[in-house]
Amino acid sequence: MDRPLIEIKGVRHAYQTQSGRLPVLDGLKLAVPEGGFSAVVGPSGCGKSTLTRLIAGLLKPDEGEVWLHGELVKGPKSIVGMAFQNPVLLEWRTILQNVMLPLEIVSTKMSRHEREDRALHLLALVGLEGFEDKRPSELSGGMRQRASLCRAIVHKPEVLILDEPFAALDAFTREDLWQTMHAVKAEEPFTGVLITHDLREAIFLADEIVVLSGRPACTQYVMDVHLKGPRDIEHLYTPKSADALNILRRQIQIAQGRAPAEEVAQ
Amino acid sequence: MTWKQIAVPIAALVIFGLFWELLVWVNGWPNYKMASPSDLWPAFWKFRWLFLEYGWDTLWRTVAGLVLAVVLGVFLGMIMGLSRVMRDALYPLLVGFNAIPKATVVPIIALLFVGQHDMNTILIAFLISFFPIAVSVSIGLSTLEPEYRDILASLGASRFTIFWKIALPKTLPEFFGALKVAVTLAFIGTNLMEIVEPHGRGLGHLFDSGKISADYPLMFAVLIALALMGILLYYVVVAMEKVFAGWAERAPT
Ligand SMILES: Nc1ncnc2c1ncn2[C@@H]1O[C@H](COP(=O)(O)OP(=O)(O)OP(=O)(O)O)[C@@H](O)[C@H]1O
Ligand SMILES: [Mg+2]
Repeated sequence: MDRPLIEIKGVRHAYQTQSGRLPVLDGLKLAVPEGGFSAVVGPSGCGKSTLTRLIAGLLKPDEGEVWLHGELVKGPKSIVGMAFQNPVLLEWRTILQNVMLPLEIVSTKMSRHEREDRALHLLALVGLEGFEDKRPSELSGGMRQRASLCRAIVHKPEVLILDEPFAALDAFTREDLWQTMHAVKAEEPFTGVLITHDLREAIFLADEIVVLSGRPACTQYVMDVHLKGPRDIEHLYTPKSADALNILRRQIQIAQGRAPAEEVAQ
Repeated sequence: MTWKQIAVPIAALVIFGLFWELLVWVNGWPNYKMASPSDLWPAFWKFRWLFLEYGWDTLWRTVAGLVLAVVLGVFLGMIMGLSRVMRDALYPLLVGFNAIPKATVVPIIALLFVGQHDMNTILIAFLISFFPIAVSVSIGLSTLEPEYRDILASLGASRFTIFWKIALPKTLPEFFGALKVAVTLAFIGTNLMEIVEPHGRGLGHLFDSGKISADYPLMFAVLIALALMGILLYYVVVAMEKVFAGWAERAPT
């Protein structure tokens, strides 16, 4: 059997803080097959962003291993793309130059012309055609997040890590961006991990939903989403989705310590 | 730039000059109490070559001190901004040094390197002006949000690349804010030293000569020349800011 593209084996991590050691992850497991898209949900502060930094190789786990594409992660590698809740676009660059930034680091052999073509292609894909010469401050929040998404995938990363990229957007803009995500995935296949607080977003975008326990976090529950590929917003309002939402909500309550675990087990 | 942006400051200048003239005339102040603008021009003309020569001395010394302050200030700021330990170690030292009134340092330096006019002047201009630059750069670097670092760090970019492509440009607005303060400070430093040093050169020395020979219009003429030079230097920095950090200026809404 093929090995999963992203494989996290029993990872343990603690931060050193002024008030001593703060264990954040404890025996976390996660596996995403090639082309898969997993959503990770969990209580606030349980260690989701820490998990993304471990996958990206920006942090070393105290114990356990992170494997990407059959290789043990020892440090940052250019096969990863990241986007955050804050789009962190560089104000002194145009949108096009912002999207081209990773290529300047990773694809030094590419000519300027090729880089521009690649960036323009992606901007068109997410609906930012004609905005390439604008400054980030001239764009709306949703448009900035689209640009940030382009920057995350411009160098064709094998692994895309999204840390609550849509959390700061209004509901309508967010639904637009969900559709954009499916369009992007159809055209630019990637294997991804999406951190989110929005259970409907998880159901709409992911193949698999992982619920993390409260801090220190471990994998508490894994749900297979039965929808595959691009889907309609209406799918969120089917009885099947409603059931899934209820189960997930219940699991979050357990993770938050607000519901006893046995109650769900029956 | 529109004609209004040029005409308004010039009009303000003319009105100020007229008021000054009027004030001296109404009070009947003699020359040695308060020179009037109409006395200044003869003073300028009489010493025109000295003004040019000494003005150049003051200008290049100030600029040299500033360049030194930028280089060392940015370097210190980088060290403090990128390393917590260095920040904890250097900050109290710098604050203590900056708290010393520079007027007290001037005679010490003047005695330390007697006769080295150029070096002493540049040294004071540097000492007085590097502090705001070092502080602004260190704050700019240490407050960089981790996500900004991560977008490049996750690609395996080196620390230098991250500094060059993100941290440095991001601190430019703060840097230029500090440079505007530093320009004025360096200018003060240069003139302090020029006034204090015997047998020196520069506009500060010309001022001192005016004082010794009780030539009050000359002293006022030097003050005006210094003001003009200060304005010139300040706007050179403003122009540089427009070029290098113009993106930080938001369009008025
Ligand atoms: N660099 C750090 N040093 C010390 N503690 C940290 C550091 N980064 C995060 N923490 C702590 O670790 C815990 C987990 O942080 P993390 O950001 O991974 O949580 P999260 O699940 O992403 O939270 P949220 O849902 O609010 O985004 C938090 O309690 C946080 O305070
Ligand atoms: Mg987080």
